Amino acid sequence: MKKSMMKRVAVLSAVAAAFAVLAGCGASAANKGNTASGSTIKLGVNIELSGVGGGYGEQVNNGINLAVSEINKDGGVKVGKKTYKFKTVTQDNKTATSTAASIAAQLTSKEKVSALIGPATTNAATAALSNATKASVAQVSPSATAAAYTLQKSGKVQPYAFRTAFTDDFQGTKAANFVDDTLKAKKVAILADNSNDYGKGLAAAFKKEYQGTVVATQYFQAGDKDFNAVLTSLKNKGFDALYIPGYYTEIGLIIKQARQMGINTPIVGGDGMMDPSLTKIAGAKNVTDVYYTTPFSTLSAKTDKTVANFLDAYKAKYGETASAFNALGFDSVYLIKQAIVDAKSTNSVDIAKALAKVKDLKGVTGTMTIDSKHNPEKTISVEKLVNGKAVSATTVK
Amino acid sequence: MHTAMQQIINGLSLGSIYALLALGYTMVYGIIKLINFAHGDVYMLGAFWGYFIINKYHVDFIVALLSAMIVTAFAGMLIEYLAYRPLRNSPRITALITAIGVSYFLENGMSYLFGANTRNFPQVVQQHNYTAFGISISNIQLLILVTAIILMVLLQLIIQKTKMGTAMRAVAVDQEAAALVGINPDHVISFTFGLGSALAGAAGVLIGLYYNSIDPLMGMTPGIKAFVAAVVGGIGSVPGAAIGGFLIGLLETGVQAIGLSAYKDAAVYVVLILILIVLPAGLLGKNVKEKV
Repeated sequence: MKKSMMKRVAVLSAVAAAFAVLAGCGASAANKGNTASGSTIKLGVNIELSGVGGGYGEQVNNGINLAVSEINKDGGVKVGKKTYKFKTVTQDNKTATSTAASIAAQLTSKEKVSALIGPATTNAATAALSNATKASVAQVSPSATAAAYTLQKSGKVQPYAFRTAFTDDFQGTKAANFVDDTLKAKKVAILADNSNDYGKGLAAAFKKEYQGTVVATQYFQAGDKDFNAVLTSLKNKGFDALYIPGYYTEIGLIIKQARQMGINTPIVGGDGMMDPSLTKIAGAKNVTDVYYTTPFSTLSAKTDKTVANFLDAYKAKYGETASAFNALGFDSVYLIKQAIVDAKSTNSVDIAKALAKVKDLKGVTGTMTIDSKHNPEKTISVEKLVNGKAVSATTVK
Repeated sequence: MHTAMQQIINGLSLGSIYALLALGYTMVYGIIKLINFAHGDVYMLGAFWGYFIINKYHVDFIVALLSAMIVTAFAGMLIEYLAYRPLRNSPRITALITAIGVSYFLENGMSYLFGANTRNFPQVVQQHNYTAFGISISNIQLLILVTAIILMVLLQLIIQKTKMGTAMRAVAVDQEAAALVGINPDHVISFTFGLGSALAGAAGVLIGLYYNSIDPLMGMTPGIKAFVAAVVGGIGSVPGAAIGGFLIGLLETGVQAIGLSAYKDAAVYVVLILILIVLPAGLLGKNVKEKV
């Protein structure tokens, strides 16, 4: 019955999206794109503040707000001779594809924003994109990671889709390099979340790149709690490292159950397991010799001044240590700022063109260069956890 | 061979949870022919109660287990009183839809009140592993198996040897006739819900302890699988539900053991379809012809 409910919701969303598209059409007919009026550049923030992705969206939004207030305090954005301030127009898309699409239409046609940030999740970002494209406004998703988000069905790049996070392919590939070069593991077992594109994408990219032998690939579903059976069968095969792309709710349980049955090999995962709850679920002593790939490591603050400043500013404003999602939201604003400065224009079409050409922008999540598929090329870090605490970060090139 | 034995132990500990849940489905169905889809959520309530009382009052495992059973028994009776009793004489489909509604209500109500995040269950029992002949079993796995078996034996005693048990069986056979000989069916039905829900509550605490992770939607999948277990064992049959539960646990483990982990849930539902086609009454169910 759950399935049929989902189907009905999907149909309704499709209908709603269709209407939203029609609404978007009428508005953008006159002049191509939106241009700032007065001395403020409007940024539309189409973000998940509630629903399944609410936790991530909230974090991204905090990063966006910090960046905007920082830029405005430092005098704003210089475009030619004129100086503009940023103003965010934030709306909650409730992690619903239909809402994300209608918000994109509303922000571009009614609010006349020059650029869009969000949605944070791949599905919502993909749903919102068609309305952003209709209005010729660039949409920068801080954390959509599926490769398909920036691509059209034909394989050509979407002219108005950008992102700040690296793709699943990139992350899986780099994880394989890390396992090959740093851990020097010859045999790997993979246990991937197959209920979403994230786990499947990482596992596929890892397999393609990895030089050693993959002894077994097994899958689990979001919400699973018992991994004893699958871990017993993997243990029997023998491996030097375990690669488990998925989210912390299940990964925490896998680490706990693996360590309890005596699997003491290194365990490697993706940024989905980056959450303080991971250690609580797995038990601190089990989270040893555990690694994950991440766009952002707080440990790099020791050597990187940009990161150190960001961490201080975040702590001053929100009273807690910044996360990767905070950092991605923060960098998204600076990415757009760079594009506006490069374009010397506040027109959304010019901004989109300039975004595609951004090179060597120093952000808190690494130095970004936007490639031909509108993905940021940047370095990736691997954090090592011992007793539940991150002790070191390695940069993988 | 070692691996196979290890997998059987994994399967039995998983199966004992399904068995405890399946008993609740089968008892309620046996009495009022209602598939209580909210049963999996009562199990979630039990886990949350255990979480709450251990964190707040630092009680030990036995107190948490027993108090969770009492609380969920009352929750089950309350659900029956508020949601199902007013529909006692309506068509069966109405009660079934209501059960789905109650299930959604409990899941989303708990998400609203306490958040949808996964919580870590306090570890009141330290885990040790016992290893013999290369097979390891943890004290928590043993605890789950032993508790489940004790509860099942107790249940069987209640149904077979007590006055209330006799009344339950009488109402299951013919409600009106039972009422004629002086049994109050409302009391009996209420008691049945309480008993079934107490078992679900116990399963909730055991699962919390075993996996150390609880959330408001945790009852969904185990609930459906336990329902399959009840059907496999023969819905309405108490020993059948216990056997069905262990079978489903072993099946799920076996499918993963041979490397088909992506299909473990599908395998359970395939069994449901096959049983309904080949043996609709289940393994131990009575094949009763309905009169028109």
